[in-house]
Amino acid sequence: MSTSTMFTPTEPGTTFSSRIGGLARARETGILLALLLVIAVTTIKNPAFLFSSDGFRDLLLTPSILVVVAIGEAMVIITRNVDLSVGSILGLSAYLTGRLFIDFPGIPILVVFAIGIIFGALLGLINGALVAFARVPSLVITLGTLYIYRGINLAWTGSDRIDPSEMPAAFLRLGTQTILGIPVLTLIAAAVLIVGAWYMKNTRGGREFYAIGSDPSAADLYGLKVTQRVLAAFLVSGAAAGLAGVLYAARYGTVNAQAGLGLELEAVGAAVIGGVAIFGGSGTLWGAAFGAVLLFTINRALPVLGIPDFWQRAVVGVLIIGAIVLDRILALRQSRKLIEARDQDHG
Amino acid sequence: MASAPAEGTPTLELRDVSKAFGQVIALRTGSLTLYSGSIHALVGENGAGKSTLVKIIAGLYHRDSGTFELEGQPVEFKSTAESKAAGIAVIYQEPTLFPDLTVTENIFMGRQPVGRLGRIDRKVMRQEVRDLMARLGVKIDPDRPAEGLSIADQQIIEIAKAISLDAKVLIMDEPTAALSGVEVERLFAVARSLRDEDRALLFISHRFDEVFELCDTITVMRDGAYISTDATADTSVPEIVRRMVGRDVNELFPKQKAKIGEPLLVVENLNMPGVFHDISFTVRSGEIVGLAGLVGAGRSEVVRAVFGVDPYETGTVTVDGKAVPPASPSTAMRMGLALVPEDRRKQGLVIDSTVGRNITTAIRRLLARFGLITTGMENESAQVWASRLEVKTRALDAVAGTLSGGNQQKVVLGKWLATKPRVLIIDEPTRGIDVGTKAEVHRMMSELAGQGLGILMISSELPEVLGMADRVLVMREGRITADLDREAANSESVMFAATHAAEESYA
Amino acid sequence: MASVTAPAPAPAPDIKEQRYLDHGQPLWRRILLTREMAIIALLIAVIIVASAVVPRFGTTVTLGFLLLDVTPILLIALPMTLVIITGEIDLSVASMVGLSSVIFGVLHQAGLSIPIAALLALGVGAIGGTINGLLVTAVGLPSLAVTIGTLALYRGLAVGILGTTAITDFPRYWTQLAKDRMGDTGIPIVMILVAILAVIFAVVLHFTPFGRGIYAIGLSAEAAQFSGVRVKRTKLILFVVIGIISALAGIYYTLRYGSSRGDNATGMELQVIAAVLLGGVSIFGGRGAIHGVIGGVLLIGVLASALRLANVTSDVINIITGVLLVLSVVSSSVLAWVQSRRARPGAARGAGTSAK
Repeated sequence: MSTSTMFTPTEPGTTFSSRIGGLARARETGILLALLLVIAVTTIKNPAFLFSSDGFRDLLLTPSILVVVAIGEAMVIITRNVDLSVGSILGLSAYLTGRLFIDFPGIPILVVFAIGIIFGALLGLINGALVAFARVPSLVITLGTLYIYRGINLAWTGSDRIDPSEMPAAFLRLGTQTILGIPVLTLIAAAVLIVGAWYMKNTRGGREFYAIGSDPSAADLYGLKVTQRVLAAFLVSGAAAGLAGVLYAARYGTVNAQAGLGLELEAVGAAVIGGVAIFGGSGTLWGAAFGAVLLFTINRALPVLGIPDFWQRAVVGVLIIGAIVLDRILALRQSRKLIEARDQDHG
Repeated sequence: MASAPAEGTPTLELRDVSKAFGQVIALRTGSLTLYSGSIHALVGENGAGKSTLVKIIAGLYHRDSGTFELEGQPVEFKSTAESKAAGIAVIYQEPTLFPDLTVTENIFMGRQPVGRLGRIDRKVMRQEVRDLMARLGVKIDPDRPAEGLSIADQQIIEIAKAISLDAKVLIMDEPTAALSGVEVERLFAVARSLRDEDRALLFISHRFDEVFELCDTITVMRDGAYISTDATADTSVPEIVRRMVGRDVNELFPKQKAKIGEPLLVVENLNMPGVFHDISFTVRSGEIVGLAGLVGAGRSEVVRAVFGVDPYETGTVTVDGKAVPPASPSTAMRMGLALVPEDRRKQGLVIDSTVGRNITTAIRRLLARFGLITTGMENESAQVWASRLEVKTRALDAVAGTLSGGNQQKVVLGKWLATKPRVLIIDEPTRGIDVGTKAEVHRMMSELAGQGLGILMISSELPEVLGMADRVLVMREGRITADLDREAANSESVMFAATHAAEESYA
Repeated sequence: MASVTAPAPAPAPDIKEQRYLDHGQPLWRRILLTREMAIIALLIAVIIVASAVVPRFGTTVTLGFLLLDVTPILLIALPMTLVIITGEIDLSVASMVGLSSVIFGVLHQAGLSIPIAALLALGVGAIGGTINGLLVTAVGLPSLAVTIGTLALYRGLAVGILGTTAITDFPRYWTQLAKDRMGDTGIPIVMILVAILAVIFAVVLHFTPFGRGIYAIGLSAEAAQFSGVRVKRTKLILFVVIGIISALAGIYYTLRYGSSRGDNATGMELQVIAAVLLGGVSIFGGRGAIHGVIGGVLLIGVLASALRLANVTSDVINIITGVLLVLSVVSSSVLAWVQSRRARPGAARGAGTSAK
């Protein structure tokens, strides 16, 4: 039976689709497995890691902020761009949250959420406009806005610091509250994930994101609305960082000018570990989210395992490099297989 | 199905269309009339203006003058999306698929069937793709990623895209370039069924046997101008060639007799799985060896491997008796090899760099004194070679991309001649070059052979191969199928070897 | 156009006839109308304004501190220029500064002399650079992704080794050397080292075959490969060099502040890249010059110094750096667009843009 691509049988069991589907799922499940493994090993060492009253809650709670940012970042990366300003946007949004509560006492919490998200979206829109219209590489633009937004943050904050006492108790409770045992922040992150992932998988717009990242010139040739989609990607990334800023204020209660410093590289790292290709076109928001959770969980697991948590960044670095090397090896192997199959047809 | 509104109205008509880019006139009098239910061939040499015409039809370029009508109505396309919406589909030589996305997604990108809430209806999509595949008579797994598909399959998907858009006009640009015999047959069957659906097809090709087998009408272009349109039944290959070239073939090539000496380049049993197999040949001093074959036969791959840009698995390459290590162009250079590559703009030249820099790139280490090099030193050398080759440019710091195709080719040649090679490999020496420069290039090649160089020339233009070569090697699907002397080589023997496996051809 | 010309007679024997101009434009246009000159002009303008407006700016003391502050960034910006011109990038440089600082401190604390500890720290820089280089050239990974990973890895190692502690007892001789000025000029002695390296990099980039190869790779790696340029070898060398120079910057940083810490120089990679881009180097590769980069580094340094003396808070310098960066790339994009419209009016630009 020839293995020619012309005559690939289309029965479900042996199709390329199920094989490829398996592969894609493998990445996300791989991360999930790694996550479970880390939790398992750490819990064996210290059952309180998982089974204490705070243990399970904290496992889900702490990463939720990075999850939200990583989701937005992943959407940008999928279009073959990068957003380095998310950390600065988060910092600004967190401080804005505090100031809103201080300067407008009695302001409804939902309004604060809305303002934070819109504020982040506007900052993201600036990024998107520069990238989409001026056709300048996003690496440079968002490097610039990283500086600008951080500078504005510093100027505004000064040496001031928002204390928990300056924000309403109800808001701060959100930071640690749970519903049916699951923290509210995690539920918010999960909601963002589900909506985002649904959009990316099931709408024309979402699929166009992938097309643009897969081959930008083909996307142009095709007549896809590239400018619109790229703008949207940065808008979402900004909005996500804005939302994360509000969550940050709720979770930590204390906001100073350092909030969100260095977050952008964690977000990109989470996405890369989660299987989002750095040059776009593939990967899922689920992967990015799991990657964020894995990163945070490892950080928390290290001290329990007796490794001083100073080594956590090194572990992150190894994970990122490992992820991209793995992707490369898999890609090479797949293309070699395809060439050999083609050769057999013609030889 | 697509059908002309009134009896006799052509589906697509262009008259006297012209297009210039700055001072370069790409199209003078482009004319074309396509009827539904017809497969129309557009032939012409490289630089005849065919691809400019196609790009105007596709909406990529805007014509400077002339009329353009679709089904009797004048049209002005401002973008490719507009021409697509009007029912024009172009299948380029390089398919524009999204490698990371599935076949299904590629076909429907931007217009996926949606249900409630804008949710893509995957079941409907998949069913439509299956229907399309059945209609085309092919079986490609709709859920596999487009990456890694053979060119033949990518083309079929592009055609599937066009059908699903219910295209009235399908233009195929050199579609059989990279296809094997079986795949060509499949493509023809598809084309015929599309014609029977009353669509209008335009088939651009260099392969006359295919043109005469498939198409019912042939339009010839030359030097940017419309020459003629005939029903296939009313004309013949020599007649078409004569109109394409504008003169009888033998006048073109001032081939001088050169003394043929010792073997310079010896290639033995070169092998690269999936690309080429068992390649062995010799190039002697003073000899011009032509390497012919259909596009996609693997010729460029072979010479790139010989020169070291691409790797190879087994086999040997020797120059002057000394072995050339694989995968090291810098070593191959030092040992006397030179390769003028197929893609002038992306491989032959650093297109954004200056003429002076380009000419001296390969010899920059030789020019340096005490390890240092200046633009002055580069220009001294560049002056010599640019004037020897009569490159037309005002200054040496002109950007290479602003030169005409012919002058660009001279710059590339100059770069390699400056390395004083023993063996010069040229891949498509006169592609996209005006006639005057073509003759100069041929003259140069003859001179170089006369000076004792060995020349290996890849060409897809049969007249060029037959006119210039002392010996003709023919490749097909990665293997050498014939090694013909100048006397034995003619259109029939070469084309036969190019389209049939080795056992069947006579050497 | 259709007739064939008879073969031209052999070219005249005197082939040295001056048939071509060396340059299409007069010297002054070539030198002055460049991005590099724009930045240098801006630098001079800022210096003049600052000297006039900001008290105590024009003093040798200020100059000395400015140069001391700017030294590590200037050092790393030199090889970073070459890396970016080839179309790659290295985000791990600041982490290597930190790592080399830590290794340097630890080795010295363990009893090794300063020169030996420094040499070994440079070795660590070479190893780190080699790892980056091999992942990019041998494995074929994009440098952006790789160096994001090594940014975390090297910083992680640095912080892991020292934790939150710092090593602070370095011999006074060396810490003074790092800060001493030359006589009354106010110019620090380290500037000699910096100047030497700047000259070396400038010469290599602009006046050697290796440097020509770098530009070719940046403009078209494929064509460079076809012309015999050893693309992979060149890139690997550049990554090793930038690793070593980052380590050197780390040693200087440690001695200047007298403290070896895991988090030294956090975020410096962004300052280096911002300065390099500001100096006229294109992020797409293939274009840029050392004098522009030096101008870019000094410009940011001067602005920071002047603003600090004027009691303006550090956030403003961030904003200004960011705005300058954004303006510089947007302006080149606009310039390129204007030039292409002028060169080929009415032509479509490549695939997909709407025909005019």
